[in-house]
Amino acid sequence: MDKYQTFEYDVIIVGAGGAGLRAAIEASANGAKTALVCKSLLGKAHTVMAEGGVAAALRNVDSRDDWKVHFRDTMKGGKFLNQWRMAELHAKEAPDRVRELEEWGAVFDRTKDGRMLQRNFGGHTYPRLAHVGDRTGLEMIRTLQDKGVHQGIDVHMECTIRWMLKDGERVCGCFGYQRESGRFVVFRAKALVLATGGIGRCWEITSNSWEYTADGHAMAMWAGADLIDMEFVQFHPTGMVWPPSVQGTLITEGVRGEGGVLLNSEGQRFMFDNVPEMFQGDYAETQEEATQWVEQVIAGQQATVRRPPELLTRDVVARAIRKEVRAGRGSPHGGVFLDIASRRSADAIKKKLPSMYHQFKELADVDITTDPMEVGPTCHYMMGGIRVDPETQQSTVPGLFAAGESAGGMHGSNRLGGNSLSDLLVFGKRAGEFAAKYAAETNSLGEINADEVARVADESLKSFRDSDGENPYTVHEELRSVMQNLVGIVRTDVDLRSALGKLEELREQAAQVKVGGNIQFNPGWHLALDMKNMLDISEAVARAALERTESRGGHTREDHPNSEDEWGKVNNIVRQTDSGIEVFREPLPEVPNELKQLLNSE
Amino acid sequence: MAEEATVKIYRGDNESGEMVEYKIPLAPGMVVLDAVHTVQAMHSPDLAVRWNCKAGKCGSCGGEVNGKPKLMCMDRMDKYPAGEPITIRPMKSFPVLKDLVCDVSWNYEVNKKIPAFKMQDTGGEEPRFSQEEADRVQEFRKCIECFLCQNVCHVLREHDMKEEFGGPRFFVRAAGLEMHPLDDENRLGLLKDELGLGYCNITKCCTEVCPESITITDNAIIPLKERVVDEFYDPVKKLLRIVFPRK
Repeated sequence: MDKYQTFEYDVIIVGAGGAGLRAAIEASANGAKTALVCKSLLGKAHTVMAEGGVAAALRNVDSRDDWKVHFRDTMKGGKFLNQWRMAELHAKEAPDRVRELEEWGAVFDRTKDGRMLQRNFGGHTYPRLAHVGDRTGLEMIRTLQDKGVHQGIDVHMECTIRWMLKDGERVCGCFGYQRESGRFVVFRAKALVLATGGIGRCWEITSNSWEYTADGHAMAMWAGADLIDMEFVQFHPTGMVWPPSVQGTLITEGVRGEGGVLLNSEGQRFMFDNVPEMFQGDYAETQEEATQWVEQVIAGQQATVRRPPELLTRDVVARAIRKEVRAGRGSPHGGVFLDIASRRSADAIKKKLPSMYHQFKELADVDITTDPMEVGPTCHYMMGGIRVDPETQQSTVPGLFAAGESAGGMHGSNRLGGNSLSDLLVFGKRAGEFAAKYAAETNSLGEINADEVARVADESLKSFRDSDGENPYTVHEELRSVMQNLVGIVRTDVDLRSALGKLEELREQAAQVKVGGNIQFNPGWHLALDMKNMLDISEAVARAALERTESRGGHTREDHPNSEDEWGKVNNIVRQTDSGIEVFREPLPEVPNELKQLLNSE
Repeated sequence: MAEEATVKIYRGDNESGEMVEYKIPLAPGMVVLDAVHTVQAMHSPDLAVRWNCKAGKCGSCGGEVNGKPKLMCMDRMDKYPAGEPITIRPMKSFPVLKDLVCDVSWNYEVNKKIPAFKMQDTGGEEPRFSQEEADRVQEFRKCIECFLCQNVCHVLREHDMKEEFGGPRFFVRAAGLEMHPLDDENRLGLLKDELGLGYCNITKCCTEVCPESITITDNAIIPLKERVVDEFYDPVKKLLRIVFPRK
């Protein structure tokens, strides 16, 4: 044990995006000695890339909104597979969590009467997203970061956690390495919160950064925790498609919220022909009605007509774009066109979508104030994750909590835009609060198993010893290609089985990879270690997707194109057993009657 | 065959290192960070570089490309003369940990010195302020902490006065708090004494390199300097302070 640097805390939070920071602030405020461990420098986590806004029924722009409407929109967006209690808590608590950010110094865009401005987004009935132009995530992370730093939280930057340590049934710490020195480190704690984000690096075309390697999902599963809804991966409809350098880079849904329209190569607004039965009657049916809605919204009025079909939920829009491209009506580089130039003035575009303007100008030589953008789906968000208790965010393993994207259940089969930033505030706070409570009720730190630490440490160095293996980057590219082609937006039984076979082969290759150099800041080595997480969680996704023989939200089966009532009553649970990664069905918790009525009312 | 580019990348640490040349295939729209990633994938998996968003939003991948401070993810390869090698070095003003990665921890220490936002007492009322008031501080809050401004500032780059100077990044941070319509804290003494605002001789190097186009010198530093002068060197105020000491 002396070989490793060891730290002791009440609560350890892994991940310093919005959920991790919010959890750390709350745990520390509740008296727990708290540390935050993160892979990047503080303030660079994925939350910084969130653009459009944070969803909360503040009612600043449209007084018809309230938590009930937000709850219904969220459940409807998730095709009713959400854990209802999480969706309820989220809708009720999001407004307070957003107001709290303002008290901590966040500066959101303003309404004419000086309150927080809210914008429209897909699937939200009313303008609901508090925002800062198209860089809302930056504002949130900086606000939380400064709040946290001044509250005395210890931050261990550029430190990757690889393994949860357990004492009997409960977690008692975690093992990892300092990226810079390569030195191993052991954190002992009474409670741990995983806030590690998503899994997007398993796919070729993604908006996600190098950090999204399924760390929390994998470590929780290895520690015996249940995962839920792993078949549901969100492909955001509007990623950049050209040039190759930026393929997959996110274009905010705010473009459509500000009036942007989707067009195919024939100049047709194809979303009018792609309104699913569930949303019939909710969206504008003519161009005139859609235009009138945009005009009312721009004028700051309450809309009296229905919203444009471009603002349907992300799963619907992504599938429609894919269909247009397949039918030969795509743009030159295999996407469709997103046009804001003909809808809003150049000044308005630069004011409300500054980073989109900058991004296209610099990276794609496109001026979005005069020309349309080329867009296509990009792997963006993981609905599935660590199964948690809705109130406390505790996983099925005692002492192990999860929040944000790494936790599952809140979004069901599809997440609404803006509901992620609110999710991480609401459930980040809850995770921090209850982790601190758990720690306070726990008398002592658990015992660290020195043999287990030694085993993980030894295994971590394996890729320096093997001399004949492949470059880890090559194996990673192959994984991304398998997941893109066989476990993508549209899936089939044949493809999923083929993917499982290929993952097995890749597992062997990954075990043999060779990295050069030494342990100091060695990205090749880091990637070699991350491959294990990505392979196991890719398998979890493929297995859950194979099991669900229907189409719903982010999961589309070409061989089972309809939603089935029976599948609407169960979640898939993924668990590691002695025989490997297995899928179990679990009935959805019964929705109480008063909430059921909300779901049925319009 | 695809077109080829030559990049020369610093390999080493703070004590020693060398420029190593690599040949890589070019792709349309390629940025310098893509070139670094291609080197990792084709030639040297252990080449150290920081990056995250690859879209100019996180500020992780600052470096010096052909001697100019840049975010590598926003720096197009086709802006450089074809056929000539492109040199990529780490930021000069910070100790090199390895290859293109610097030790920027000093910046996080400076940030801790700046008192956090302190909400005014609004008597329980919902806080209100106009978009115009928001605009003023939102400019400062755009900062992505790439530290390129710190890298080029003479006070840090040539004189290495990290003990007594905060640097443009933290003047921007302080301005975002000082000019916040709801803030109730005073950081002018700190700016004058501990962050060494007076050392800045407004050469605007920071403003020139800011990838977020924040008008650092004109909108943040100069107004802060004026506030410091008003607070500490205005004779009338000085007299008033003697008669009515600050609580």
